[in-house]
Amino acid sequence: MSDASQGASRHTDASAEKPTPRSRFGRAWESDFAWKFRHSPVAIIASAVALLIVLAAIFAPLIAPVDPFDPGALNLMNGFTPPGTPNAFTGETFLLGTDDQGRDVFSTILYGLRISLFVGVSAVLFAMVLGVTLGLIAGYVGGWVDTIIMRIADIQLTFPSILVAMLIFGIAKGVTPVEYRDQMAIWVLILAIGLSDWVQFARVVRGATLVQAGREYVQAARLIGRKGPAIMLRHILPNVLSPVLVIATISLALAIIAEATLSFLGVGAPPTQPSLGTLIRIGQGFLFSGEWWILFFPALTLLALALSVNLLGDWLRDALNPRLK
Amino acid sequence: MTDAVLSVRDLVVEIPTRHAVLKPVDGVSFDIAPGEILGVVGESGAGKSMTGNAVIGLLDRPAHISGGEILLKGQRIDNLPYARMRKLRGAEIGMVFQDPLTSLNPLLTIGDQLSETMIEHLGISQAEARKRAIAALDEVGIPGAADRIDSYPHEFSGGMRQRVVIALALCAEPSLVIADEPTTALDVSVQAQIIALLRRLCRERDTSVMLITHDMGVIAETADRVAVVYAGRLAELGPVAEVLGRPRHPYTEGLMGSTPAASAGRARLHQIPGSMPRLGHLPAGCPFHPRCPKAQDDCRTDPAPTLAACNGRAACWHPVNSPESEAAE
Amino acid sequence: MTAIVTVKNLTRRFDVSKPWLNRVIERLPKRKLVAVSDVSFDIEEGTTYALVGESGSGKSTIGKMLVGLLDPSEGAVEIEGVNLDTETDRARIDKVRSDIQMIFQDPYASLNPRWKVRDIIAEPVAARGGKTQGLAERLLEQVGLSADDAGKFPHEFSGGQRQRICIARALASEPKFIVCDEPTSALDVSVQAQVLNLMSDLKDDYGLTYLFISHDLTVVSHMADTVGVLYLGRLVEEAAPGDLNARPAHPYTQMLLDAAPQLDGFGREVDPPKGEIPDPINPPPGCAYNPRCPFVVDRCREERPQLRPFGAGRVACHRAEEVVARMDKAS
Repeated sequence: MSDASQGASRHTDASAEKPTPRSRFGRAWESDFAWKFRHSPVAIIASAVALLIVLAAIFAPLIAPVDPFDPGALNLMNGFTPPGTPNAFTGETFLLGTDDQGRDVFSTILYGLRISLFVGVSAVLFAMVLGVTLGLIAGYVGGWVDTIIMRIADIQLTFPSILVAMLIFGIAKGVTPVEYRDQMAIWVLILAIGLSDWVQFARVVRGATLVQAGREYVQAARLIGRKGPAIMLRHILPNVLSPVLVIATISLALAIIAEATLSFLGVGAPPTQPSLGTLIRIGQGFLFSGEWWILFFPALTLLALALSVNLLGDWLRDALNPRLK
Repeated sequence: MTDAVLSVRDLVVEIPTRHAVLKPVDGVSFDIAPGEILGVVGESGAGKSMTGNAVIGLLDRPAHISGGEILLKGQRIDNLPYARMRKLRGAEIGMVFQDPLTSLNPLLTIGDQLSETMIEHLGISQAEARKRAIAALDEVGIPGAADRIDSYPHEFSGGMRQRVVIALALCAEPSLVIADEPTTALDVSVQAQIIALLRRLCRERDTSVMLITHDMGVIAETADRVAVVYAGRLAELGPVAEVLGRPRHPYTEGLMGSTPAASAGRARLHQIPGSMPRLGHLPAGCPFHPRCPKAQDDCRTDPAPTLAACNGRAACWHPVNSPESEAAE
Repeated sequence: MTAIVTVKNLTRRFDVSKPWLNRVIERLPKRKLVAVSDVSFDIEEGTTYALVGESGSGKSTIGKMLVGLLDPSEGAVEIEGVNLDTETDRARIDKVRSDIQMIFQDPYASLNPRWKVRDIIAEPVAARGGKTQGLAERLLEQVGLSADDAGKFPHEFSGGQRQRICIARALASEPKFIVCDEPTSALDVSVQAQVLNLMSDLKDDYGLTYLFISHDLTVVSHMADTVGVLYLGRLVEEAAPGDLNARPAHPYTQMLLDAAPQLDGFGREVDPPKGEIPDPINPPPGCAYNPRCPFVVDRCREERPQLRPFGAGRVACHRAEEVVARMDKAS
């Protein structure tokens, strides 16, 4: 090829480039993904709500008027104070009222959020690592390895995940010594929810891996002499991550609800470390005696958190789906 | 030409996007006479399929016709409501696409699909339609048509499926068939069969064909006239032997030179430098000038040449192989 | 000249049976597809050998067996005298492996979309722990792109440019032998010409040997020193492209040449070929082409013709003499 023609080819291609902003932030702002986000009110509102809740949980000790787990700060006389009205005996006012022990509901929600979010995020991370690893192996190695992994997944899918979580929780509780039970409860919760949730990660990653493994860039890497683990980690994994991100977001909402359900059933977070679910369990006892706020505000917070994360996940799925572009 | 079956006048198709309004088809005009096969040839992204889709009213949103008109036997069809256009598509315009499975319903037998089309557009009885469906399959060379009429599309090979699609496209006796890359997915030997079939059937029925393809060889052997499309515009239009034999547009000449020929041996291929500009990034002046070996200053500055402005054959300010250019040499 | 690649009686079968459980329940036998059947040829160093055939001819399967992406069911591939299946000396295997490269058909699938061009091109060297400093930039300029392109991602390039990147990657480990599997069939003609010319230039500059796989006889004739025609997994004819075009000795080659559309064939009326490619799971007995062949006699239906020397090339047809004689008489 002559130099002149190469020069011309470079020239046309360069002129075909659209002007892109120089800075990294500028490029990110101009990307299709950011553009879609800016043009979706649902995504903006949902992420704002989720962000607000997460920040509130992180900075709970700074925001909360009182530490609800400090027995010294509690006054039983403050029990059952309705939201926004002064207590008949002490004259103190609580934004969202107090529970039977006189704990400030607003503060317990902030601290409960921390437990709920920690359990939810950890459980999803655990499920994700497990599911992505097994999915990659099943899809890339194939054969009987694939059969075994996916049949285990199928079997697990036939049980409702809450049942699986309860089973694991029950077993774990049986084998831990009594004195460690409360400490272990949170970790067992994470294990239980994570183990009941890995299947969907594995399934999606396996499917995406099958597609990617058939593509020619993977053959090129094999030809060079790259071994299986290197191909899976360096070549295939980066290309199957976008569906994983979507599932992780939607799973997060489900994991938070699962945690709340388990805690509500009394097999989750102990009363010494109450999560949103524990608070709801405590609150439902007072629902019919008129102290509605003890149940209502934790439930509303759970709803807002789960809904915003779920909507965000839905939007991500649409935004990352090339076929819907 | 008033007796043209299809007449496209200054057709413009636009796609509004975030950054700009793209024009995949920009000012395309041509006629197709009764019984004529017009080849539309161009590289991927040139706008040839978009032109075909505009004619049959199947543009995917947000693409839409934003200018010009399309006349079928003198009637405007570019502004018809969806339902009327749908009726027209089976009855007056037949369609053959690259992938036969896109034109066939996988849940219906091919006999049902043929009968349904004929009953709807020809108003004949069920029994008559079935008889005609068998005849139609027989005519496109499906062996044992009477036995295979109740088969489903997936039970046929790729070549046989494309034959079924042709039968379906022609069964309502349309006056025009739009064939968009009908043989691109097929092997050479099957391609020869399908092209021969399409040509024979259209000649027998005096059906006009708009044959869209990237394959210069298929165009050379099949078309009566050829339109060469580049960057959404017609670069050259004329009888096939003239356009491909003595191209006047440097792009057509470049395309012919870069196609390897069995007879030419190992000689170095002529190559057109660069690649077609992406939509929305067309250079000023003639869209071909950055790749054109004959480009001069006026090609870069003057408005893009159109067929109408340049003697109707080649949209080029400095055509090659033309009587004037040869007289000058 | 010496053969750099020797292929001996290469056969590849694929198991296309339904899953085990379905087979047991529906009482189906195992089904085998013979994709490549008893193929033998040599590739001389510094030449281009082309395999041409329609879908199901086994041409890509042969290419994959040559580079080691698939194992042969029978027969052997020897590259630089080393049989990679039986060789035990790791050092020799590594040496030969680094001499083989491949260029793929789909320029959109053959580059990892999440990797920068620099890393893609340098990977063959990086995988062996070699030095990659400035390598990608140098190779990019050699294939007609700019050194600045090394920091970009594949989606910023057109199909033709991507194929140049693939070529740069194939050159990175300084191979001697490159398998090109339909390298231009996804490209437009004008871009195809650029890539074919580039490949010819690189072959001359580096003394490369190519195996060029294509369905397009005209492209193959343009590139190859020797052409092997495949039909249903069998090598039916082998000749220099000039001889093949002028005097095809196998009826299938004749049909392919006839059916290929010609640029100057205005209004040419071809008598279209008969029939379709048979089901490769149940190929016809004897010569695989016999159901479509105009020269067929009883012997063709019973005895599989062996590849035998014919003129300057080789052909697998019982009636090659008659085929050529009939053509000579006609012209």
